[in-house]
Amino acid sequence: MHLALFIIFAGLCVAGALNLLLQRHPINSALSLIVVMSSLAVLYLLLGAEFLAAAQVIVYSGAIMVLFTFVIMLLNAGKEERTHGSRLAYIAGFPGAAALLGLLTYIFLSHSATFGQARLGEYLATTDDISRVLFRDLLLPFEVTSVLILIAILGAVALARKEH
Amino acid sequence: METSLLAFLLISLAKVIVVVVILLMAVAYTVLLERKLVGRIQNRWGPSRVGPFGLLQPLMDGAKLFLKEDLIPEAVYRPLYILAPIIALGCALMSIAVVPFGADIRWKGVDLFEIADVNIGLLIILGITSVGVYGIALSGWSSNNKYSLLGALRASAQVISYELALGLSLVGVVLRSGSLRLRDIVDVQSTHGLLSWNFFGGFQFVAFLIYLMAAYAETNRAPFDLPEAESELTAGYHTEYSSMKFAMFFMAEYGNMITVGCVATLLFFGGWTSPFGNLFPEPHNAILLSFLSLFWFVAKVFCFLFLYIWVRGTLPRFRYDQLMGFGWKFLIPVAVANIVVTSFFIGLRLPLH
Repeated sequence: MHLALFIIFAGLCVAGALNLLLQRHPINSALSLIVVMSSLAVLYLLLGAEFLAAAQVIVYSGAIMVLFTFVIMLLNAGKEERTHGSRLAYIAGFPGAAALLGLLTYIFLSHSATFGQARLGEYLATTDDISRVLFRDLLLPFEVTSVLILIAILGAVALARKEH
Repeated sequence: METSLLAFLLISLAKVIVVVVILLMAVAYTVLLERKLVGRIQNRWGPSRVGPFGLLQPLMDGAKLFLKEDLIPEAVYRPLYILAPIIALGCALMSIAVVPFGADIRWKGVDLFEIADVNIGLLIILGITSVGVYGIALSGWSSNNKYSLLGALRASAQVISYELALGLSLVGVVLRSGSLRLRDIVDVQSTHGLLSWNFFGGFQFVAFLIYLMAAYAETNRAPFDLPEAESELTAGYHTEYSSMKFAMFFMAEYGNMITVGCVATLLFFGGWTSPFGNLFPEPHNAILLSFLSLFWFVAKVFCFLFLYIWVRGTLPRFRYDQLMGFGWKFLIPVAVANIVVTSFFIGLRLPLH
């Protein structure tokens, strides 16, 4: 049951991500991104992170992607034009991506013996557990992050303000 | 008691069918209630010809909408134009799945009055509501009509703005019950009847009023019905829709109204518990108990629907800048203040470690 759900939603996630890149119309790309976000939420749920799954849907699929579609609708963005891409991307991009992938694979394979194993649907992290970790064990990083976000908000307000 | 998978699936399927049928009937009759009540508010009768007191009117309206020609204009972007009403109605019907309608009565180990009992029920409702706006946004965009687009833009901006106030207003309730599971939230309020409801005993009336206003804005109902302001935008986001596709938007709006009523009942007014608390002993007969709890739940939800319609018949529409100012500069600060005060009092009552 869990494995079937995992295969379905992992496939949906990858398909959405590919569609995001291949679609030429921005609204279709945005909708594919929503599919990716929502299927990620299901994957979180399968791993037992229920709060994270709900937050993923509310914040990413709900709020952030609504803003994306809002901007696309507001600008009434049309179809993209196909370009040949920059030469730099061909020269540096593909080898760079391949090198990164190789490096990650190497590290993963060389350390795979020390990783623990998580089975699907085995463990359930309740909201209580998450809040205990966030507000007690990791309180300082959490608060520092919130200050960082506050600074970002103030910066956005300062940039958007009209000149007097 | 262990239940077999087959029995579980069958009972769950039966529950889903019963709930969806009842919800759709409730939607149809909420429309009739609205027409009757707004009629009375405007000093006229409302529908009264079809059946006694116009009771068969919703069925006739449904048949009419089914039989109408389904027009798809030339210039629309077809996939999204067809998908949008499905998203709207689907999200409206989905969130009812985590709402518990009555006391925790089990038959063969399956909860009878709730489709799915999940730990994060409240968050699921919030999540589905936040996804539901795509129905409106995409319908306006794909219609390729400037009125529809303006309606959709208004709807997106409004829902995003009021979602914050809505979420923040619920934090006080969650703080008091210490759980996001809707049954737990109701159980906290069940001890002394009316006095332990979150609205009275929990001192969450500020949160309730914020929730109410934000929820009206979320469901695009008057006085927040700018996305479909007929004097400015013809019919707003559903201008280009006809027949059943229009009816799906219509049903989605009323379905959302009912969900909001259910959530307000569960979070602030003790759900299915009676307002008298332990004044009368709880009946031991399971059938009597289930009828009583259903009665209280339906009665409370009905009061919210009545209030919705009353507000619609009474208040004029907001201006756009007023709408944004009200959401961001009034509701959100008050909601944050409510969280601070509530957590302060809860902190005072907790024993020190």
